[in-house]
Parts: sequence; C-alpha cells; structure tokens
Amino acid sequence: MNKIPDTHYLNCKKGIKSWLTTVDHKRIGILYLFSIMFFFFVGGMFAVLLRLELLTPNELYISSDTYNQFFTLHGAIMIFLFIIPAIPAILGNFVLPIMIGAKDVAFPRLNLASWYIYIVGALFAVFSLVSGGVDTGWTFYTPYSTTTTTSVISITLGAFILGFSSIFTGLNFIVTVHKLRSPGMTWFKMPLFVWGMYATALIQVLATPVLGITLALLIMERLIGIGIFDPAMGGDPVLFQHFFWFYSHPAVYIMILPGMAIISEMITAHSHKKIFGYKAIAYSSLGIAFASFIVWGHHMFTSGQSELAAMIFSFLTFFVAIPSGIKVFNWVATLYKGSIAFTTPMLYTLAFLFLFSIGGLTGIFLGALSVDIHLHDTYFIVAHFHYVMVGGTVIAFLGGLHHWWPKMWGRMYNETLAKISCGLIFVGFNMTFFTQFIMGANGMPRRYHLYDEMYRPFHAFSTYGSMVMAVGFFLMAYYLIRSLYNGKPAGNNPWGALTYEWAVSSPPPEHNFDDIPITDHGPYDYDKVVAKSTLTEN
Amino acid sequence: MSQTQDGHPSFLQHHFSDVEQQRESAKLGMWLFLVTEILLFGGLFVFYAIYRAWHPEMFINAHTVVNIGMGTTNTIVLITSSVTMALAIRSMQLGKQSQTIWFLVSTLLLAGTFMVVKYFEYAHKFDLGQLPGKFYTFTGIEGTNPHVFFSAYFLMTGLHGIHVLIGMGIIVWLIIKTRAGMFSPQYYTHIEMTGLYWHLVDLIWIFLFPLFYLVG
Repeated sequence: MNKIPDTHYLNCKKGIKSWLTTVDHKRIGILYLFSIMFFFFVGGMFAVLLRLELLTPNELYISSDTYNQFFTLHGAIMIFLFIIPAIPAILGNFVLPIMIGAKDVAFPRLNLASWYIYIVGALFAVFSLVSGGVDTGWTFYTPYSTTTTTSVISITLGAFILGFSSIFTGLNFIVTVHKLRSPGMTWFKMPLFVWGMYATALIQVLATPVLGITLALLIMERLIGIGIFDPAMGGDPVLFQHFFWFYSHPAVYIMILPGMAIISEMITAHSHKKIFGYKAIAYSSLGIAFASFIVWGHHMFTSGQSELAAMIFSFLTFFVAIPSGIKVFNWVATLYKGSIAFTTPMLYTLAFLFLFSIGGLTGIFLGALSVDIHLHDTYFIVAHFHYVMVGGTVIAFLGGLHHWWPKMWGRMYNETLAKISCGLIFVGFNMTFFTQFIMGANGMPRRYHLYDEMYRPFHAFSTYGSMVMAVGFFLMAYYLIRSLYNGKPAGNNPWGALTYEWAVSSPPPEHNFDDIPITDHGPYDYDKVVAKSTLTEN
Repeated sequence: MSQTQDGHPSFLQHHFSDVEQQRESAKLGMWLFLVTEILLFGGLFVFYAIYRAWHPEMFINAHTVVNIGMGTTNTIVLITSSVTMALAIRSMQLGKQSQTIWFLVSTLLLAGTFMVVKYFEYAHKFDLGQLPGKFYTFTGIEGTNPHVFFSAYFLMTGLHGIHVLIGMGIIVWLIIKTRAGMFSPQYYTHIEMTGLYWHLVDLIWIFLFPLFYLVG
C-alpha cells in the first residue's frame, strides 16, 4: 500500500503567509493553479451564457450591447488570464525544474513576482468587467477601440501587465534550462516537455514586448490622440492589426506548444514505449517557434494589405503545417506496438490527436487565400480556433493536470468519474464546435447577436453541446476537489514513467531532491530500463 | 549532497551548485531582459520609420525645431556616464570600494544632468505648443500631420527618460549597498547587471539622437 510521506512541500511550512511569500516553484505552481482555474471558470461562464443567448435567432435574455461585452470578456479572459499562462505557469512551474534535476527555477523571487503581477493584471481586467465592460472583441481593433465608450484602457492595461508576468515566466524557464540542468542532463536527454516549454519561453520573451508597446500605443491613442492608429488623427488602423498580430500570432503558439509538450510526455508514459523521433519532435518545437513569427499577415487577408504580402504570408503559413505534422505522425508512431494503458491522461491524449488534427487541417484551409475570402469572419474561424485552442491546448492541459495530479497532491482521483468526464467533454466539444464548421461554411458570420432562421438548428445543437461540456467540467471539479481529501495515496510513480519527477516522492519534498540526480538513461528508455515502480492496479 | 555545505559563501542561493552557475544565470537572464527592452522600443522605432516614410517632408521640417545643442550635450553626458559605470564595475573587480562609490555617484550625477537638460527641452516645447497628438498647437511646421512627429518624439524620448529614472533609482540602491559592504571582487553581480542595463539605455539614446536631431 502506498503512503504519503510525512513531510513534503505542501506541509513543510504552514500558514497563509508561508504561501504568499513562498519562492518554491511547486507552491507557486499551486498558487497559479487556483488563480488561473478561477478565471477559467469565469471565462467558461461567459461562454455558457453566450451559447444560451444564441439558442434562438432573436433576443432571448440579453441585449446586443451586453452580448458584445460578453463575447469580448469571454475571449479576453480566456486568452490573457487562462490559456496563455495555464500550462507554463501551473504545470511548467511545477514539473520543469524537477524534470531537469534542479532544486528550483533560476530566479525564484522573480517567479513569485510573476504571480503577483498576474494578480495585478487580473484586477485591472476585473475592474473593466465591473466598470461597464468592454465591447471591442479581444483583438481591440482600431478605430473602434479608440472611439467606444467602454473601459478599453483598463483591460488593455491589464493585458499589458499580464504580459510582464508571461515574460518573467518565460525568461525564468530559458535560464533554468540553460544553466540549471543536473550533471549528465544533456540537451537531448531532456524530456520533451522541457523542449516544448523552452520553445514556448522563447516566443514569450521575443513576442510579448511587442504586444506591450502596441497596447501602450493604443492607450496613448485613446488618452492623447497621438495619431498612430486613429484615422481621424492621421493614423492607420491596419498598422494596429500588424502590430497586434505580430504578437498575437506567435501567441497562439505560446498556447499550443505547451499542449504539444504535454502530449509528448503522456503518450510515451502511458504507452510505456520509447518516444518515436525524439529529435524530430524537439526540433519541430523550435521550428514552430520560428515559423510563428513570419505568418502574422494571414490574419489580415481581407483588411487591405498588399496582394503580394498576402500571397507571401499565405505561402509561409503552409510551412507551419510541417513541424506540426511531424509531431502528430511521431506521436501516432509512438503508440504503435506500445503497451497502451487507457488511463485518463491517455484518453485525453487520444482526444487531442483527433481534435488537434481537425483544428490544424482547417487552419490550412484558412491559410489559402481564396478559401479564406469565403470563410473569414464566419463561424468556421470560430470553430477552427476552438478546435486548436480547446481541442488542442485545453484538452492537453486537462490531460496534463490528470497526469501530474498524483504528483502534486500525492493522491489519485476517481478514475471512473475522470473517464466519464473526459467523455462528456469530448462529445460536448464536438457537438458544440463541429456544428460551427458547417454553419460557418454556410455563411453564418461570427460575433452576430441575431441571426437568420436557417441557422437555428445548428445554433441550438451547438448550445446543447456546450451544456454537455459544462456538465463534464463540473464533474471534473467535483472529483478533483474530492480527491484532495480522500483520494488513494498515489505512490511515487503511479504511471511507471521514467522522467525525474516520478523518482521523487508524491508530493515532492521541499527541495525536490535529497541528492542531485545523475542521468544515466534517456527520459524514455522504456526498452532499456525496467521501471522499478509499481503500476497501480486501479 | 547536503543542502548547505560548509564553506559556501553567504551570497550563494541554495538552488545553485556554485557561484559560477549563479553568476552565469544572472547574466543570461539580464541579456534576455535587454532583448525584451529592445523589442519594446522596437515597436516605437517602427512607428517612427513608417510615419517618416509617409510624411518625409513634414519630418524634415520638424527636425529644424528641435534643439541640436541640447541634444548633443545630452549625448556626451550619457556616453560619459556609460564610461563611469564601466569604471565602477572595474573598481569593484579590483576590490576598491570607495572608488566604486565615487564612480557610481558620478554616473548618478551625469544621469541627473541628462534629465535636467531634458526638462528644459520639454519645457520649451510645452511653451510653444509643440506637443503630441491632439494637444499640438504649434503652427510653424509645414507638411501633413506634424503632431505625429511630436507624438513619436515624446513617446520615444519619454520612455527612454523613464528608463533613465529607473536606472538612477537602481544606482542609488547600489551606492547604499556598496557602502554597506555587500559587494566584493567575488560577488559584484548587481553592479555588473546594472552596467549592462545602463549601457542599453545609453545605446537607445545613441539611436534616438540622430533620428530626431540630426537626420534632415
């Protein structure tokens, strides 16, 4: 029978003050877990309210103005407060230092500072929520954002501040990976999760400052009319779009790369087989990071950039498919002849492969110029990015949360409920968003409050799907919280995985390792190493 | 391996295995931070480049109203402050504490001089209504949208000025800590990192100066 160790990082120091002043990367990960999940809940509630309103073609219970504010807040909260920080700040913080055999990240105090900055940024976002909302959409396009009377300044200031939080996390990870690897942990012995986090961190550091200055310029435009984006002052609104997407396109890779990083870990750990094409997966992360910076113009095919630029951006966009495809094929090849355990993390992994492939392939459609003219600003776009962001990143995040949950808390969740919840989310998600592909291809524009009668059955079905998904999430919240009190002790290595975090106790001791570990095998050498650990029989 | 081995210097944080690793980490972190600074300013340089390309004549006309004398003075002042900053680092490498303080104080005074000159430049422009955006009331510049020139001028020199002020704050802190004996030839990371930051601030000015004062 597994036992939880007497002292570990959760109980080595007590009291709320020990949490608010902690510099332990694991505790900071937990602080992020609760704050980010809170905003995931808030953003999710907006989504449910939106879907409910769209049940009928006419106004059901909110006005068009309120509707505009709801979809803006849903987008802004989910992007800036949930999906960008979620995986790096929660799971990355928790496992990355342990994975490379370090006692902490390189700058622990900066790490804590990033959490406080996150909270400050979140407060600004909450302030704009209660002081009249924002109705620009999460993209804050000018000239509307410079003329609307809603609280644009506080929410953009919030996003500006959140950018610093993101930069600090990324900077910390880059230095940690370069300088704090334990003896023998060469670059190509690092777990692929670390590679993914590293590529993500590079984008965070290189792209986020540009968002910072863009939002600062937008704020200045609103405050003193500097004349950069507002045509009334001699400015150019398309320039804002260039600035914005120069960050925000790389930012979608800040969102998806960590998801891919988690999948690489889970697929090998739960099929107990060496990863197929380690180096190809590692390099493709860097390839995606590089490509992310040269494709931003594909968001602007219809906004008046030159035809030549549009053609070049379209051409470059197809390149992103190559490293993404390399990853998907390698993951599938890893499964071949593996000892696949159908644990909850494995179910999420399979869901990811299915959903991400649809999301990725529809991205290729949208990257083609002529097709994009037809599909742009329709529900096809909405469905595409939800397939990538929810079907990709969120599914991977949930899988990772289940994968490392026993490590975080030392206890297992209820496996049966977890599988039911995973199934509900998967089915509900496809009901909600696959419908939107069809609607979009038929011409239903995004962000419309009232719509034509012909789309009614699609919208209704989509809304029912979102309810199924919501039930799945509430079930998850129930069994995860319950597991904290009466989950079965997990033991050090419930999955029989080979990366370092499974060699330490669950929950890990305060300083991760009593002895600095020395690598003598790769992270996925299942063929060479017979894992000493016990596979739990549940 | 135990957590704290005997003989570890007090400034070594527990999660680093040796002083070299700690110093190398700080350096890499600082360089990455400087990269983010360059990208932050990069957005403003793009702003300048695009509007200069759109309104070349207005930009040329607007150049004539800035004060080249004050700009040149400030350039010399700031480059000199970079020299004194570098000398402060060298002094601490050699363990000369009072000399370090002397050089840090010189750097601080030069930075202060820069800000005072900047104040007079700004005050003069405020009087004439050479202000950014919709506050622009000056009439002496021919060409389209002259307020954009001053938007770029005030945003770029303003953001740079904020960086100078932050640098001055850090230097004051360094002076206090150096007096308190925090640094030694073995451990002077904070001074070195401030030096890197200060040189970047200097470097940005070296680009701002020709763009606003010299190129006609």
